[in-house]
Amino acid sequence: MVRINGEEKKVQGMKLTEYLEAEGYRQETIAIECNEEILSKSEYDKKILQDGDVLEIVNFVGGGR
Amino acid sequence: MTKDTFMLGGREFSSRFILGSGKYSLELIRAAVENAGAQIITLAVRRTNTRKNENILDYIPENVTLLPNTSGARDAKEAVRIARMARELGCGNFVKVEIMKDSKYLLPDNAETVKATEQLAKEGFVVLPYMYPDLYTGRDLMNAGAAAVMPLAAPIGSNKGLATREFIQILIDEIDLPVIVDAGIGRPSQACEAMEMGAAAIMANTAIATAGDVPAMAGAFKNAIEAGRAAYLAGLGRVLERGASASDPLTGFLRD
Repeated sequence: MVRINGEEKKVQGMKLTEYLEAEGYRQETIAIECNEEILSKSEYDKKILQDGDVLEIVNFVGGGR
Repeated sequence: MTKDTFMLGGREFSSRFILGSGKYSLELIRAAVENAGAQIITLAVRRTNTRKNENILDYIPENVTLLPNTSGARDAKEAVRIARMARELGCGNFVKVEIMKDSKYLLPDNAETVKATEQLAKEGFVVLPYMYPDLYTGRDLMNAGAAAVMPLAAPIGSNKGLATREFIQILIDEIDLPVIVDAGIGRPSQACEAMEMGAAAIMANTAIATAGDVPAMAGAFKNAIEAGRAAYLAGLGRVLERGASASDPLTGFLRD
């Protein structure tokens, strides 16, 4: 299983770019952390999701005080 | 007259109003930024929701400097992770460090904030830490490489004004960094007062977002901040210990 934004998903073995496309992420608006390390955009195409990986996929939202 | 500007991370800013982008409908953000004359706007970083495809960056004018915050971080380690993700989003290296363990009062954890500031400054970020106004923390943040300090005026989102006035004044007087008063400012008059005290800038969000007319309130804050700054530069008139002092001549009265 791969933990993505807090949810367990059975996507191990899948290429990260394929997963992002399938889920409808806009790649130009997101940043990804894998196992607490930043993945640069150029790595998305090489990264194969592994069993036990923990991913955070984030973007900007309104925020202030 | 030389232009009245201040520097953050090697960039020069003439607007002293930093606007938060939370609690608005996206359509209102552009009007608020324009009426505020803001050159810096804060954003948060959150897990992406793929069902909601709108992107806040589409609503922010291009020449505005983005200041991502680390809201949601409970310690220095989480703040550093969020800052790195924000930088990876490709909108520069500014970051507002916000670390809160307490979700009732949303007060910043000064000790963790110093740790995160030190780490992020080392990694080349322009770090603006949100802090509880404390002189020793201010000094530690300066030594850690902060580009400014952002003391709170009152609890976040409370619109209660300059509850920490005396302690912010100490930071302004003693810390050789821009002091940006953040959180709790509810009215233009309070923003004006903080600027009269010598604050470098004001950060506000809730006061604008919860106003009856959002763009109009953004404009009112802009005017108040400019007035307070002009008053600070002019030097305020003195206050008498007691008694009165006439402004009219004390001779030539009709009764003489």
